[in-house]
Amino acid sequence: MGIELKGIVKQVGADTHIYKTDLKLTKGGFNVLLGTTLSGKTTLMRLMAGLEKPNKGEVWFDNKNVTGVAVQKRSVAMVYQAFVNYPSYTVFDNIASPLKVKGVSKSEIKSRVESIADLLKLSPMLNRLPAELSGGQQQRTALARALVKDADLVLLDEPLANLDYKLREELRDELPKLFADSGATVVYATSEPLEALLLGGHTATLYEGKVIQYGETPIIYRSPNNLTSAAIFSDPPINTASITKKEDRFYLSSAINWKVDEPFKNIPDGDYTLGVRPHHLTPENSHDKAVKIEGQVQVTEINGSESVVHVNFGENNWVSESHGIHPYKIGESAELFINIKHSLLFNQQGALVSV
Amino acid sequence: MINKTTNQKAWFLVIPVVLLVAFNALIPLMTVVNYSVQETFGDNIFFWEGAKWFEDVLKSERFHASFLRQLAFTGMILVIEIPLGIAVALAMPKKGFWVSVCLVLMALPLLIPWNVVGAMWNIFALPDIGLLGRSINALGIDYNFTQQPVAAWLTTVAMDVWHWTSLVVLLSYAGLTAIPDAYYQAAKIDGASKWAIFWKIQLPKMKRVLTIAILLRFMDSFMIYTEPFVLTGGGPGNTTTFLSIDLVKVALGQFDLGPAAAMSLIYFFVVLLISWVFYTLMMRNED
Amino acid sequence: MAQITLENLKHSYLPNPKGIDDYALKEINTAWEDGGAYALLGPSGCGKTTLLNIISGLLTPSEGKILFNDKDVTNIPTTERDIAQVFQFPVVYDTMTVYNNLSFPLRNRGYTEDKIRSRVEDVAKMLELEDSLQKRASGLTADGKQKISLGRGLVRESVNVIMFDEPLTVIDPHLKWKLRSKLKELHQRLGTTMIYVTHDQTEALTFADKVVVMHEGTVVQIGTPTELFEHPQHTFVGHFIGSPGMNILPAEINNGEIGFEGSLIKTLSNTSSNKVNGKLEIGIRPEFIHFNSEKTGLPVEITKVSDLGRYKIIEAQHKQHAIKMVAYEDVSIPSESPHITFDPDKTRLYANGWVVS
Repeated sequence: MGIELKGIVKQVGADTHIYKTDLKLTKGGFNVLLGTTLSGKTTLMRLMAGLEKPNKGEVWFDNKNVTGVAVQKRSVAMVYQAFVNYPSYTVFDNIASPLKVKGVSKSEIKSRVESIADLLKLSPMLNRLPAELSGGQQQRTALARALVKDADLVLLDEPLANLDYKLREELRDELPKLFADSGATVVYATSEPLEALLLGGHTATLYEGKVIQYGETPIIYRSPNNLTSAAIFSDPPINTASITKKEDRFYLSSAINWKVDEPFKNIPDGDYTLGVRPHHLTPENSHDKAVKIEGQVQVTEINGSESVVHVNFGENNWVSESHGIHPYKIGESAELFINIKHSLLFNQQGALVSV
Repeated sequence: MINKTTNQKAWFLVIPVVLLVAFNALIPLMTVVNYSVQETFGDNIFFWEGAKWFEDVLKSERFHASFLRQLAFTGMILVIEIPLGIAVALAMPKKGFWVSVCLVLMALPLLIPWNVVGAMWNIFALPDIGLLGRSINALGIDYNFTQQPVAAWLTTVAMDVWHWTSLVVLLSYAGLTAIPDAYYQAAKIDGASKWAIFWKIQLPKMKRVLTIAILLRFMDSFMIYTEPFVLTGGGPGNTTTFLSIDLVKVALGQFDLGPAAAMSLIYFFVVLLISWVFYTLMMRNED
Repeated sequence: MAQITLENLKHSYLPNPKGIDDYALKEINTAWEDGGAYALLGPSGCGKTTLLNIISGLLTPSEGKILFNDKDVTNIPTTERDIAQVFQFPVVYDTMTVYNNLSFPLRNRGYTEDKIRSRVEDVAKMLELEDSLQKRASGLTADGKQKISLGRGLVRESVNVIMFDEPLTVIDPHLKWKLRSKLKELHQRLGTTMIYVTHDQTEALTFADKVVVMHEGTVVQIGTPTELFEHPQHTFVGHFIGSPGMNILPAEINNGEIGFEGSLIKTLSNTSSNKVNGKLEIGIRPEFIHFNSEKTGLPVEITKVSDLGRYKIIEAQHKQHAIKMVAYEDVSIPSESPHITFDPDKTRLYANGWVVS
């Protein structure tokens, strides 16, 4: 059950927007499409909804081939980044619109709209026009309209991007609860890794029209199958450096090297890429196996309780994210420790080296 | 493997329009094409003439004269109406009560039926009883648009400017109000003069809207018939006989359907060509 | 460079304001130091953009004065205040090249070509735009265009203050941090007073030396990021700053002891005891709540755990109160009957929203 894309390709003129993609998204829990702008998230959602036809491949929903079925005939609801509401309808009429189209009775419309409005805290605003509401309230109206439809497939295209960060936090907390009981397949597009981690469920990382990896969110985060996936799922960006393995040591430079851990002892000698997430590069020596590096500070950003330090180290520009206040000055030399235990190793083709 | 997803029933909604357009435009157009390559004296008897009418028209001095007159007229009104329209739009208020008043005032000339416009200006400009005509003569200027070609031209141009500048004003105004405040604020901070703001912010941002305005004014003025016909009848003599007035004279006055049909088609292609070239040039830098 | 002072500043968009609710900016009295990096932080509609426009001169306040270095500039137009402003979306002159865009403010002020060239090249280098100087400005990406907007402010030599009105709004999320660090770097290098308006706490707290938190037209607190984080003066500040924000829970006072749902949290100091009337609440940040392995403290039921890699957000329930906690990567969550304690030093008492101790 759920939606499945089989061998989907989408081309517009000479450009390929989506390369051959196979993706199976399940019901219950959020399916997050994570990627930067222009990575293909919106196109993929439009293909799932039926707003666009794939050039090749099929779209299956609940084990039925729905490729080519007009979107009006499908059970789909979509919420956009821009708050899309009928400007001349009141909030009540906006929420009721999909039910009116279906021909539901007036009394049932009233009860369903009122219960959804209550859920989304819109009850005092039912008689207002969208132009009279704040951004957050407009987006809630759009969400209510999507919810009341009780569609089998709900697509949310970066719906919180135009909201205040605090409002975003609040709505993000509410969204999973709102859709938990609906039994729909929910797909949520975003470019912020934090949102994917907060919403849980499953995540598909996208890059330039290709799905790089798909799986349960915490697993994708902790074991990205390649460097691209790791980079997408990291904000600030993941730190990378070329290292070489020789016998039983890894060499970052002639001065900086460390002993290869047990599981990796038998991988072939050669060049690799080390991936260190910013919070695994800290000013404090967290444990004995940490590797020390020294870099020149470009800028320090302090945020109440955390410090983000940008350093120049060799040819690399690295970022350290740590707890506590560490006010380095520009140009100062900083000692940072890499938590090797949690670092990732990628081979020359960019794939994760796992053992 | 891929089925067409579009709603086939939608085509049924289009049929009435298709029939209407076919009846009112396509069929008459085909008739014109038919006439342009044949000779007829009536009774549905046709003789094939091929390209003869086209050659005749293109070589005829009468055609050249009215074509040049038309170009001059269109050139004049564009040169006056576009800058004037932009200037008026710039002067109009952006917010407040007066906005609606101005917009209504601007819209009024556009609402008057075209032959009424011609008739109005005819009476208005009469040298003896017209307010304008009499006033000009009272100033010592000898003015009579029914007899003097220059006066006829000036009156016709003035009438068109009065009638149609509002269109340019409304379109420019729409373009101007679409410019976000931040641009003006940034220009203030940059210390830009009013002139620089016009050239570097307002005019570039109005490019699309002005393209439409110029295209519309070009097409309409190039095909103008009713107003000058009611005002001057094409005279004095044939000094204000523009292309469409001449065409009607040939077609209905002389009943030379063949040459008239050929002239119509040439006319049509000229308008199409100039419009296309202009539009392509204006839009070539759009991202 | 300028010290900016706001005296009894008030602003209403209505011609005849009657009550305090008609004012978009209710009374503001504050002074900002020369060369500081300030952020105006607050939710939509709190008045931050209004305040910014008053400082830049695009708006004249209904009441009150604004001074640059003790000179009253309230009625002086924008062009003479020597300020620069970067807007929410990039404002570039489409028809000109990047070079001409950057030189525009200098040309308008009559600089010589040589002076213009050296200033433009300096600024282009600072902003990493040197390779694009001859390109048409309209062809750059959003962040390139924002840099041009910023550059036009930087080319001028005497700029009192540079203002940013939510400048990262249109920037791609994965490029935001780059531009953010660039702004911080520029501030540390040039030392010009900079004021940055935003609703995003990360942007405000990482950019500014001091943050001005605004809510419904008033300044609620001005402080360094650390002060705002550890000593929020108002429950609004506690809630707004921090992701997730401070937990605000109802409190009682019994015999000089502050308690929550019958459990003792900490002792009330003598100096504060007379301020304690009205609605009492305690505020405790999720980062300062810990699991208690001895099973003393508050018993809670864990309703949700979100793993964000670096830390986890734990939603717990005690009676009918929802409490959020932040646990760092290596902290383990007890599986059986979890108990929590609030760090007493970091727990704040609020009366009617304002801090008591």
